[in-house]
Amino acid sequence: MITKFKQVLYAVAALLVGLPATAFAQEDTLSAGDTAWMITATALVLMMTIPGLALFYAGMVRSKNVLSVLMQCFAITSMVTVLWVVAGYSIAFGGGNDWWGGLSRAFLADMGVDTLSGTIPESVFMTFQMTFAIITPALIVGAFAERMKFSAMLLFMGAWLLIVYAPICHWVWGGGWLGNKGILDFAGGTVVHINAGIAGLVCALVLGKRKGFPETPMPPHHLGYTVVGASLLWVGWFGFNAGSELAADGTAGMALAVTQIATATAALAWMFGEWVFHGKPSVLGIASGAVAGLVAITPASGTAGPMGALVIGAAAGFFCYLAATKVKRALGYDDSLDVFGVHAVGGIIGAMLTGVFAAESLGGAGLGVEEGGIGAQLVVQAIGVSATVIYTGIMSLILLKVIDMIVGLRVTPEQETEGLDITLHDERGYNL
Amino acid sequence: MKRIDAIIKPFKVDDVKEALNRAGVSGMTVTEVKGYGRQKGHKEMYRGAEYFADFVSKAMVTVVVEEEVVAAVVEAIVTAARTGNIGDGKIFVGDVERVIRIRTGETGKDAL
Repeated sequence: MITKFKQVLYAVAALLVGLPATAFAQEDTLSAGDTAWMITATALVLMMTIPGLALFYAGMVRSKNVLSVLMQCFAITSMVTVLWVVAGYSIAFGGGNDWWGGLSRAFLADMGVDTLSGTIPESVFMTFQMTFAIITPALIVGAFAERMKFSAMLLFMGAWLLIVYAPICHWVWGGGWLGNKGILDFAGGTVVHINAGIAGLVCALVLGKRKGFPETPMPPHHLGYTVVGASLLWVGWFGFNAGSELAADGTAGMALAVTQIATATAALAWMFGEWVFHGKPSVLGIASGAVAGLVAITPASGTAGPMGALVIGAAAGFFCYLAATKVKRALGYDDSLDVFGVHAVGGIIGAMLTGVFAAESLGGAGLGVEEGGIGAQLVVQAIGVSATVIYTGIMSLILLKVIDMIVGLRVTPEQETEGLDITLHDERGYNL
Repeated sequence: MKRIDAIIKPFKVDDVKEALNRAGVSGMTVTEVKGYGRQKGHKEMYRGAEYFADFVSKAMVTVVVEEEVVAAVVEAIVTAARTGNIGDGKIFVGDVERVIRIRTGETGKDAL
């Protein structure tokens, strides 16, 4: 029979065992490891825009327009930074409802030195997300390169950030309706790439073709820049994908690995596609293939396994090659630097295959939907893709039309012939 | 005095320079030029867009000499620059009215 003494002893023992358990069941505390990684990841993603994307694009335009591209990327970086802290961050991550985060966090209200977001300072989370908000509009630059007015570009990008990017970001990552449906978009297949890719296509169609396109040869003036830019994008993308875990853990590690695998596979796929269909492999091709792979693995980087990454990379490399070369030529639109062909097409391929390769049976980390398997996941992915395409397509068109009425979108034919560097910026890229 | 403009393949510039020195011509001007004749340009391709670059890079070697040595100089250039393939180039010979050496003000033969 248990004595009173033993009863008390057992009760005390149970309490002592229970205490540590309750002590750990509390909110996140600051993790130095996570914070250190996220600060690094933020720097890597910023580097993707300046100078990664800037050089990637700059090398592909004609020499008379090299500075205009660099200027656009730098200006967007600066402007988006300010607009993000004023309103963008709040619209995206300020809570709100299914559709709109609201302005409760405008001017970064309630963000102090010690405010946390998960296990990292909110200041770091905010800045990390800012670098995504920076690169998305910067991607669009490639579609209207060599012919858009600088003032119109600034107005468009500023409005687009707040009206298109921030809401879609909210829908997927900020507690909005797509995230609630179980969409899988780890680092921005929809939010960044399909978004920018479709907006780019709309810009290319609304602004119209460059003077002389497609009869006049407009070869890239400095592919060396383009390869340097593509390389910086590749390395920086580790921050983009592995950083989207917001922590230094196994998922981030796998994101790192699948990013590398998909990118390399896509580079080879484009290279071999070109070798077979054209006869020779090219450096612009292999660099473009790598970017296509980076785009496609972006939404899948938190869920796909290495073998899934191989398939995603191969598909993106090959189909983006067809989209950027054959389809564009056949349809005749002047998407100067293939923003649609690489980012929209690659983003859609990636977004859909994310739904497949997240399945544990295929080496993934698990689907986002509770039931219904891959089929149900694909439906959610398709809804996300469609919503993004429709929203960004319509809103980008409206913004362009409005801005066209205010300042006009396109430079004059004379300015276009002489080159944007000298006519819009009074500068020459090369004073040799 | 005569001016000799020789448009030649760029990699032949050194050979032509040596030949001119041996022929007694001590100065020359070399310009990078582009052009085409019977030698066609080449094809380039960037992301599916094919371009035909008609103009081929050449070098133009210009010398001004006295009429008496023109034949020997032309012979020297031709021998040095010829490869036997299309694109070897052309030589133009024309008149020169006056020659002045800027440093000293000498004119004519003394300025060459």
